[in-house]
Amino acid sequence: MSIAMTRSEAGRPARLFDLSQGRNLLGVLFLLPAAVFLLVFLTYPLGLGVWLAFTDARIGRAGVFIGLDNYVSLWGDHVFWLSVFNTVLYTVAASILKFALGLWLALILNEHLPFKAFFRAIVLLPWVVPTVLSAIAFWWIFDAQFSIISWLLIKIGLIETPINFLGDSTNARASVIAANVWRGIPFVAISLLAGLQTIPQSLHEAATLDGASGWQRFHHITLPMLTPIIAVVMTFSVLFTFTDFQLIYVLTRGGPLNATHLMATLSFQRAIPGGHLGEGAAIAVAMIPFLLAAILFSYFGLQRRRWQQGGAD
Amino acid sequence: MSVASAAKISSVPETGDEGGMRYLDRLPRRVVLVYLPLLVFMIVLLFPFYWMAITAIKPNYQLTDYNNYSPFWVVGPTLDHIRYLLFETSYPGWLWNTIVISVVATFVSLVTSVFAAYAIERLRFTGAKVVGLAIFLAYLVPPSILFIPLALMVFGFGIYDTKLALIFTYPTFLVPFCTWLLMGYFRSIPYELEECALIDGASRWQILTRILLPLSIPGLISAGIFAFTLSWNEFIYALTFIQSSENKTVPVGVLTELVRSDVYEWGSLMAGALLGSLPVVILYSFFVEHYVSSMTGAVKE
Repeated sequence: MSIAMTRSEAGRPARLFDLSQGRNLLGVLFLLPAAVFLLVFLTYPLGLGVWLAFTDARIGRAGVFIGLDNYVSLWGDHVFWLSVFNTVLYTVAASILKFALGLWLALILNEHLPFKAFFRAIVLLPWVVPTVLSAIAFWWIFDAQFSIISWLLIKIGLIETPINFLGDSTNARASVIAANVWRGIPFVAISLLAGLQTIPQSLHEAATLDGASGWQRFHHITLPMLTPIIAVVMTFSVLFTFTDFQLIYVLTRGGPLNATHLMATLSFQRAIPGGHLGEGAAIAVAMIPFLLAAILFSYFGLQRRRWQQGGAD
Repeated sequence: MSVASAAKISSVPETGDEGGMRYLDRLPRRVVLVYLPLLVFMIVLLFPFYWMAITAIKPNYQLTDYNNYSPFWVVGPTLDHIRYLLFETSYPGWLWNTIVISVVATFVSLVTSVFAAYAIERLRFTGAKVVGLAIFLAYLVPPSILFIPLALMVFGFGIYDTKLALIFTYPTFLVPFCTWLLMGYFRSIPYELEECALIDGASRWQILTRILLPLSIPGLISAGIFAFTLSWNEFIYALTFIQSSENKTVPVGVLTELVRSDVYEWGSLMAGALLGSLPVVILYSFFVEHYVSSMTGAVKE
């Protein structure tokens, strides 16, 4: 806009019209591939998913409209409610752990360390490697008979018999959460590290001169300065964790006794192997309110950050 | 001694006697607070990779015999598992599929995103801001919500069980991500450069190809690397839209084809996981900075 304005002030109003029209036309032209693509493969399926949830579609058979029947049957389905509970538990527990450990790791990496760049590169590895493949490694680490963790603990003398990591409800939940935390820490740590590095050193120096302790500096400088980025990072983390599918599918497939079924895995199980597309879609749609809450949270996190930086945009 | 001077000593280590002694005092503290936790973090974060690698080269008789052979080491490493993987399974085919799909999906997404990001960020057509926000929201739509309707569409288009099914669906998460990232990148390039070119009579196309793109090469690399790893790691679409063994990608193939009966072939499974991770890890090691900047950039902007 600003160029157009200066040009018109320079006494060429006719050109202004040309330019803005060309701009709109060109804008539409440039945007067209992405827009068409996203409308066809993202917006349309999103709507189709919502529609499917109101039908009794199965694989190989187009469904008819059945109103809220899918939701009604889900309402009385204890497996569905168990999956909601599991998803919330999984998301909350894993996110808190990821945040605490990630922040800790970020603070450590923010110290003056030798080979800092090397450590930072290493830390990200769990995030880079395909989740399914690292989950297969965890599957082996959590083996009921030959788990290396059990072996170590027996060797030290802490336990007598191998831990049944994935066969027992509580253990299985703890195990999948641990694997998820392992994969998620790097993302949180490296993002927060980037945030930490934007905090001016002079603030810490000034506070130290005023006699602030390490904890006081963390509590009154680091944390407030970091809050906006924490909000965004954790929103992403919550979003990824809430919609997680791969890890559970590899490690437990929802078992034992549905104790680790998340909404995403239940939706897949009902829709694809089970063939009930409508019901699966309804479970997927039931995830949307939670996601919207997370997105709104992220939006306000972003707003606050801009406001802090004094940006008007 | 006042707090202020103590702080001065701690921030600027002095070479004098007193300063030197204090430095020694602080070292154990630093070990406990920084190096020890760092060591534990590193061990925990890296152990699964070590375990993967050591299992992949262990002969079968050592795999579960922890009492006679130390589980953390290997006597007489073998390449049998890798050989089995490469010559007796469809693994090379899965690798090839994954490469083709990731490269094509990344390339298509990148080209589309460059235009979209340029339009939103630089042409500033009417409503560009709303479109920018829509792109961000699209980025937040998770595949776990989309895979059921997409499966129907893939079926309807007749591309079920082909590479095309994945090439068409992967950009649903790649395009929003790349566009969002490139928007941030284009924003950092001074507008004056473009104004000068406009005044000199360059067309929009020339500005894009001769000025903006050469300046955004780091951004393009970041977006490309990240998009490539995202497509390489994708699982739920590949699991849902592909059925026949020869069309599978590495993550799906390893999980669904190498796990047979109740006897798990841990050696070849780990070899498969390791080989499947290697390409992204190598790519990542060459472009760590780009990767980090695209990850934090996507969060920050």
